[in-house]
Amino acid sequence: MPEPEPAIVLRGLRRDYGERPALAGVDLELQAGRTLAVLGPNGSGKTTLLRVLAGLLRPSAGEASVLGCPLPRETWRLRGRVGYLGHRPLLYRDLSPRENLRLAGRLHGLERDGCEARIETLLEAVGMQRRGDDRVAELSAGMAQRVAACGAVLHEPELLLLDEPDSHLDAAARDSVGALIGPGGDRTRVLVSHERERALAEADEALELS
Amino acid sequence: MTSSRDACLALLGKDLRVELRTLRSLPAMALFAVTTFVIFRFGLDRTELEGGLAAGVLVATLLFAAMLAINRLFVAEHEQGGFELVRLSPVDRTVLFAAKASALFVYLAVLELVAVPIFALFFLESGAALAPLVPVLLLANLGIAVTGTLISTIATMSSARDLLAPLILLPLLIPLVIATANAAEPLLRAGGPEYDRFGTWLAVLGLYDLVFALVGYAVFDFLLED
Repeated sequence: MPEPEPAIVLRGLRRDYGERPALAGVDLELQAGRTLAVLGPNGSGKTTLLRVLAGLLRPSAGEASVLGCPLPRETWRLRGRVGYLGHRPLLYRDLSPRENLRLAGRLHGLERDGCEARIETLLEAVGMQRRGDDRVAELSAGMAQRVAACGAVLHEPELLLLDEPDSHLDAAARDSVGALIGPGGDRTRVLVSHERERALAEADEALELS
Repeated sequence: MTSSRDACLALLGKDLRVELRTLRSLPAMALFAVTTFVIFRFGLDRTELEGGLAAGVLVATLLFAAMLAINRLFVAEHEQGGFELVRLSPVDRTVLFAAKASALFVYLAVLELVAVPIFALFFLESGAALAPLVPVLLLANLGIAVTGTLISTIATMSSARDLLAPLILLPLLIPLVIATANAAEPLLRAGGPEYDRFGTWLAVLGLYDLVFALVGYAVFDFLLED
């Protein structure tokens, strides 16, 4: 049996903002289905790394391959295969959670009826069904984060990139969101967290940035 | 890949729904246009305009009213993660350009439904020029929509958005202003519409629209890169 191709391969990955290096020579190989915890102090480049892996930032130097797509050359092949839950929810504040998720579903080409059913399932899973028609601007930060988690997994991505996914969440919400974005299944996950112990507890591997 | 048509309609529907819900752009544009007509009426001390002066007042007013919407066009995408949403989705990114240009075109058409009859009421002796003005304004709207969307994208990425958009956009729109005003001038002459070189100026407007639509299609993808 040939070795399965790693989900993520980084060799000497570097990303600069102007003169300032945000990532300096990151090496990594992560097999599919595993969880990587990315740890490090503020400003160590954790979010930058996630944005490079998502194809949102171009590497300045080095090699990066995500889900078999060399970046940035084949970033287009990566689109739709990654779920990204960042610092800020990717939600329009003047739309409701349902409208936001419908829009994401249409952009991901999900079939309409199936998408509606999945939206209801996800909103129910995070306890947001009753607030699903309120504008996002009227929701608390924790509620918006719950909806954002639904958006990250709506299209059932192969790779989940999670940047402080528990921010703004209380204990009950952490559990319900954790059921959506937590480990399990074939999904590969990269988890950025300041809560070192918690991140390590659910990770298979860890990457320390400094 | 998601069909570009579906993605474009989804993004356009989102923009129109948000505008209907919040009324952030259209009322401001309409109010600006009407106020400007009032200022022209008293500033020029004229109750009737015709020919080139009428065309100039109409075109300049609509153009500056359009700036209000152009400045706000990508604010939600920039501040609320809409750019990332599109970049993470399996869609051709130029669908965002097409959707935004379409939304701006709709805003301009709605603005004109309000502003042009008021312009006629303030300054024209009859409404005979209104019907032939329609194709001129539609072609002008298309040009403003594609050029405005392109420049709004560039300006949104900058911290000096409100300054940058008019600074770059207005010079680019000078050919469109010339063509629109020249197409509209004979239509607004005293005594009724005339059609001197009407087709020529419509063709110039169409060419302008085509060139900037192609430029927008060609460069928009690169503008969304980090």
